[in-house]
Amino acid sequence: MSKPILDVVSLNKSFEVKSKKTLWGKPTRVQVLQDISFQLYEGETLSIVGESGCGKTTLGRCIVKGISASSGEVNYMTEEGDTVDFLKLKGKEAKKLRKDIQMIFQDPYSSLSPRMSVFDIIAEPLVANFKLKKSEIEEKVAEIASQTGLNVSYLRRYPHAFSGGQRQRIAIARALIMQPRLIVCDEAVSALDVSIQAQIINLLKDLQESFKITYIFISHDLSIVQNISDRVAVMHLGKVVELAPSEAMFSRPLHPYTEALMSAVPQPDPERKKDRIILEGEVPNPANPPSGCHFHPRCAYRTDKCVQQVPELREVDNGHFSACHYAGELNLKGVQANEAKRA
Amino acid sequence: MTTQTAQAACKADDGQPLLSVQDLKIRIQMDNGVMQAVDGVDFEIKKGKTLGLVGESGCGKSLTSRAIIGINPKECETTGVIKYDLASEGSASDPIDLLSLDPKGKRIRSIRGNKIAMIFQEPMTAFSPMYTIGNQMVEMIRIHRTKNKKEAKKIALEMLGKVGISDQEKRFDQYPHEFSGGMRQRAMIAMALSCNPELLIADEPTTALDVTIQAQVLELMQSLQREFGMAILLVTHDLGIIAEMCDEVAVMYLGKIVEQAPVREIFYNPKHPYTKGLLKSMPRLGGEKSVRLDSIEGSVPMPIDMPPMCGFYERCTDRIEGVCNARSVPKTRISDDHSVRCFLYSDQQRGEAQ
Repeated sequence: MSKPILDVVSLNKSFEVKSKKTLWGKPTRVQVLQDISFQLYEGETLSIVGESGCGKTTLGRCIVKGISASSGEVNYMTEEGDTVDFLKLKGKEAKKLRKDIQMIFQDPYSSLSPRMSVFDIIAEPLVANFKLKKSEIEEKVAEIASQTGLNVSYLRRYPHAFSGGQRQRIAIARALIMQPRLIVCDEAVSALDVSIQAQIINLLKDLQESFKITYIFISHDLSIVQNISDRVAVMHLGKVVELAPSEAMFSRPLHPYTEALMSAVPQPDPERKKDRIILEGEVPNPANPPSGCHFHPRCAYRTDKCVQQVPELREVDNGHFSACHYAGELNLKGVQANEAKRA
Repeated sequence: MTTQTAQAACKADDGQPLLSVQDLKIRIQMDNGVMQAVDGVDFEIKKGKTLGLVGESGCGKSLTSRAIIGINPKECETTGVIKYDLASEGSASDPIDLLSLDPKGKRIRSIRGNKIAMIFQEPMTAFSPMYTIGNQMVEMIRIHRTKNKKEAKKIALEMLGKVGISDQEKRFDQYPHEFSGGMRQRAMIAMALSCNPELLIADEPTTALDVTIQAQVLELMQSLQREFGMAILLVTHDLGIIAEMCDEVAVMYLGKIVEQAPVREIFYNPKHPYTKGLLKSMPRLGGEKSVRLDSIEGSVPMPIDMPPMCGFYERCTDRIEGVCNARSVPKTRISDDHSVRCFLYSDQQRGEAQ
């Protein structure tokens, strides 16, 4: 296996939340990320899935230093082979590495400034980081624009003149112009229509192939995740509950939460047997998480042990981690490889 | 009275459709021309059945569903016929045309919310933040079902229980912001169903929800449909939901229904290039990572001052130049219940054209 480009070690993040009871009440702390550790290998796509509020976006933002983590390390392997803790860097050094790690946001309608032309949007990272001649900038922008499938003659227009899919291409071009090694895609295709979604996914894959980019792909849509990822991390209430190579996870999940997530996805096949696992109740409040395994109130397989003991994330199979007391003992259902019954 | 309607709805399975939309057109005057947002849509919904209206954003599916109960903004110039069968009311009468009713008049108000209820996509904006959930439910029940406050509250609590909200008494007095997203959507379903509607219009009912909560809500809608025998018009862009919920499917593109068929036909025997493209561009569980998705190139054009041609022409891989971009596409009936709007099939015509 290739070298890890990113080594995240027990990352924690907590937010202060004002108590609702009184105006002067003591703020409570909500632990949004709890002891997250994983490694990211060069050139791979690691997807992070989970329900809303599980902390997947916070994790993405902590990695790009959009918000600062409470504790933990994000060890980044530079191109020269040095390992630095990205979170501890400040000022110039941080800026130097920042260009290696870029982010694409969910909503292309709010992530692009309406007051800047598309050319300016794509060129801004260049202007901010390098001293380049105007002609050089123009050349680079045009190159990136054509790689991301944007019409070069439209670059003087403003974002409002573009459709959602086109806007997401602009956002990708903006991330790509710094020639990053790692891109964090936070729900990058969720706001798009199905037919456009496929275009953008294909574009991301093509770019990965030609530039050897590593992706952290944050999404709640498991069908897309399966299509794009090498490895998948499932998050629940601020913790990684399962981490495995994509194939292994989808064919044989080792955490009941993953199983439930998979079975809940509606499939475009009217003949599929509907043996869905319906989770009861809602995502627990992270300010007041349940005891033991955080998933136990909704888990069909729970025992007393789950209520009392917190399960550790452990390697059950080769490269397949699960945080369930009974990982490997339960017979959990994955997704059957369906013969694509298409006309 | 309420049980009667439910029974009547269950009994009459076929025969006269509950709702029949004919040649519905919605035009919106824009700064740069007239937008033909909905352009000649026809469909029927039978009692107790589910029709799925699927399409990308901007194809006119929401406008169509809103036109049925007359809640589109007044900028929308709507023409056509929307016939609704009121026979189960007991009055022996022909179906009435909902479009001909005054959108603020008494008649439509007695139907809207009562016979035809609607669930919206974003429950946070559909509920008023100023009133408690209970207050809003009781208001509706008192308009349509009973004048008695106590009885109305009883009905509301019962409905909240049916949609799986525990601790109803407490929830009844809470405001929408105190509910979570899934809970709010349940409350909305409870409100919509509290008058035992014959037709439920669900406009993207689960789009804002997590998959696990989505599964709960879909299951709930199905079980309530079995219980009350109502018909559902399900508007969504998610083909997975369509496959699990619907009996019939209408695929919309650029204001037109391009293909309409029973659900199995749509998934196993799609005809229109757009339907095929949609099905292929969907990543599905159980597929492989290396598989490249077949995307539909290009994007949806704006239907402003469109010449008579196939709206899908620009993106279609099977287009015939000089035919597809020269005139508007007629509806072709391939079999009794499968129709498609595409020139590729115009020689397979069976039955009469429209």
